[in-house]
Amino acid sequence: MTKYIFKRILMLIPVIIGVSLLIFIMLDLAPGTVLDIIANDYSPEQLEELRHQLGYDRSVFYRYGKYMWDLVHGDLGISYIYKTPVWDLYMQRLPSTLKLAGASVLVSILLSIPLGILAARKHGSITDNVSMVAALLGLSMPNFWLGLMLIILFSLNLGWFPSSGDTEGIKSLILPAITIGTGLMATLTRTTRSSMLDVIRSDYLRTARAKGVPEKAVIRKHALKNALIPIITVIGTQMGRTLGGSVVTENVFSWPGIGRLTIEAVKQRDTITVTGCIIMSVIMISIIQLIVDIAYAFVDPRLKSQYSTASKRRKRIGRTPEVRANGT
Amino acid sequence: MNAENRENLRPDQENVLEIDHLTVHYVLEDETVEAVNDISIQLKKGKIMGLVGETGAGKTSTALAVLNLIPDPPGVIRSGRVLINGRDMLKLSKKELEEVRGSEVSMIFQDPMTSLNPVFTVGEQIAESIRLHEKCDQKKAMERAEEMLSLVGIPPERAAEYPHQFSGGMKQRVVIAIALACNPHLLLADEPTTALDVTIQAQVLDLMVNLKQKMNTSMIFITHDLGIVAEICDEVAVMYAGRIIERGTLDDIFNHTRHPYTEGLFNSLPDIDNRTAELKPIPGLMPDPTMLPKGCAFAPRCPYARPECIETPQKEQAVSDTHFVMCSAYQDPSFRIQRQEVFYE
Ligand SMILES: Nc1ncnc2c1ncn2[C@@H]1O[C@H](COP(=O)(O)OP(=O)(O)OP(=O)(O)O)[C@@H](O)[C@H]1O
Ligand SMILES: [Mg+2]
Repeated sequence: MTKYIFKRILMLIPVIIGVSLLIFIMLDLAPGTVLDIIANDYSPEQLEELRHQLGYDRSVFYRYGKYMWDLVHGDLGISYIYKTPVWDLYMQRLPSTLKLAGASVLVSILLSIPLGILAARKHGSITDNVSMVAALLGLSMPNFWLGLMLIILFSLNLGWFPSSGDTEGIKSLILPAITIGTGLMATLTRTTRSSMLDVIRSDYLRTARAKGVPEKAVIRKHALKNALIPIITVIGTQMGRTLGGSVVTENVFSWPGIGRLTIEAVKQRDTITVTGCIIMSVIMISIIQLIVDIAYAFVDPRLKSQYSTASKRRKRIGRTPEVRANGT
Repeated sequence: MNAENRENLRPDQENVLEIDHLTVHYVLEDETVEAVNDISIQLKKGKIMGLVGETGAGKTSTALAVLNLIPDPPGVIRSGRVLINGRDMLKLSKKELEEVRGSEVSMIFQDPMTSLNPVFTVGEQIAESIRLHEKCDQKKAMERAEEMLSLVGIPPERAAEYPHQFSGGMKQRVVIAIALACNPHLLLADEPTTALDVTIQAQVLDLMVNLKQKMNTSMIFITHDLGIVAEICDEVAVMYAGRIIERGTLDDIFNHTRHPYTEGLFNSLPDIDNRTAELKPIPGLMPDPTMLPKGCAFAPRCPYARPECIETPQKEQAVSDTHFVMCSAYQDPSFRIQRQEVFYE
């Protein structure tokens, strides 16, 4: 198991390097540098000095190497627009995004999984059809539209929740979380349903029932654990996406998160902040993916046993190394 | 036991299983599969009944109906009673059913490759029914599960492994261990030896016979193999197109065969004394179970068939106290089949 986890972590490194290099080069290719924007505030000598400092007189790979080296030390460079380290900007905004992502994913898990199971168990019934139509609706509503509708109804007309910002605790969280959660719920409900449908008619559930396992345990224990892999995959992908900041929703609700920070930086040509935000998102998504991969191994014994260590396996099977050596 | 169930108790207490006029249909969108049609069986304590018949005859459906586990939809139990120790399985509440399944009656499923849950260890899967029915803690249940494994010839250390680490024959033995875990009164064994090689097959059969002798377990043993039936069964029921066309003791069926279909089954066996003799398979196929004829379903393949066979609804007739046959030809007292003679030429 440790070997499996270790291997996964090692595999993260080339992924992060590859993706971040690609992003770095793409942003670098964009015309104009931060130097053009701040040109008015500095003297030509200072600018020349900065150009050297930022590595604009060397190749893009040099700059990338330097950037990643600094990143490992918690330094994402300095935003010349905000005049603060990008790391600090990012960390300032991260809690809001985490809160929003956590709340929307949690709500969608709590609602979608039971709903998906119900739809699968009552396959073809009215409950099933209604929840699938609802899921389709949820999937096809764009976030900016849903967000605006929620604001019009619950903030402007009813005045129950604030329409913007993250200043009123749970109250400010509810509308943006619903906005993001609706899309997530739709996908997750559909995934749960189809994955449960595959399992629900299986022979091993019949075996469980024939043993006298209560129906609740048949579904929650025997069926759900088998249906879990696609569900975990979807949850992981969604968590990763929302951690990168939901640009649209955060803007509709003026939510002080990463998505909003990224957009503001883009508007001001603050390349260094944009790069920082995107590369941090890449890292976040990779970490979530790692957690997902580890979760797979816990759910699917076929994966786990592949990595169980030889000594443990020998002990279980009761074979001694000598016997094995003789056998070969 | 509630009042209604007590009322169902027959004077004949000996019967562990009693199936009365059971009918099971699978209702599909545009057709209905008549899988089991009005069958009746009685099985006494400590007896093994062989249930034989071609593929699709309705053997598995019958066994599932005994557990009240017919998949619904599309399965519907149209009518009948299934009494286990006098209690009607088709009338029990969910909770009562959960108590009875796995403890009083259990089933060895036909396909071992898909019958085990891939995400739990085999030990856990055996222990689960022990824990449910004997109300003991997980540790005790796991110990019992390991005992069960060694009983079916698997090293107990392997309890911690998952089904995918087992071979087909070993999975089959795990399925058997699950079914035997709580010493059921009635065991429904659905082709339990088909996936096994000959030596293991013999071991498993021994195991079952032992179980019958030690625990007085009654069994329905579903198989295609008349050799196995001769070896371990006390009684035989022959099924064709959802009907039991002949039933009786082993001696009745093997030595006093009455039904032309049963005779055909025997004729299609290889002859040990005369190895050069040609096999005589029954010509033709079983009728489509969605369009069964009003009369005898075997008539189109039957060498003795008369025109009226297809029209006359078949009724069970007693040959002796123990032997019943469903063939209208016997209304003519002079009718005889010629078992062991060559017919299909
Ligand atoms: N879930 C189902 N839906 C529709 N039809 C079914 C279903 N299960 C069984 N049947 C049909 O019912 C009939 C009897 O099936 P059953 O499985 O009882 O046969 P069997 O005697 O056990 O055959 P085998 O020897 O091949 O196991 C067959 O025609 C089969 O196609
Ligand atoms: Mg079958």
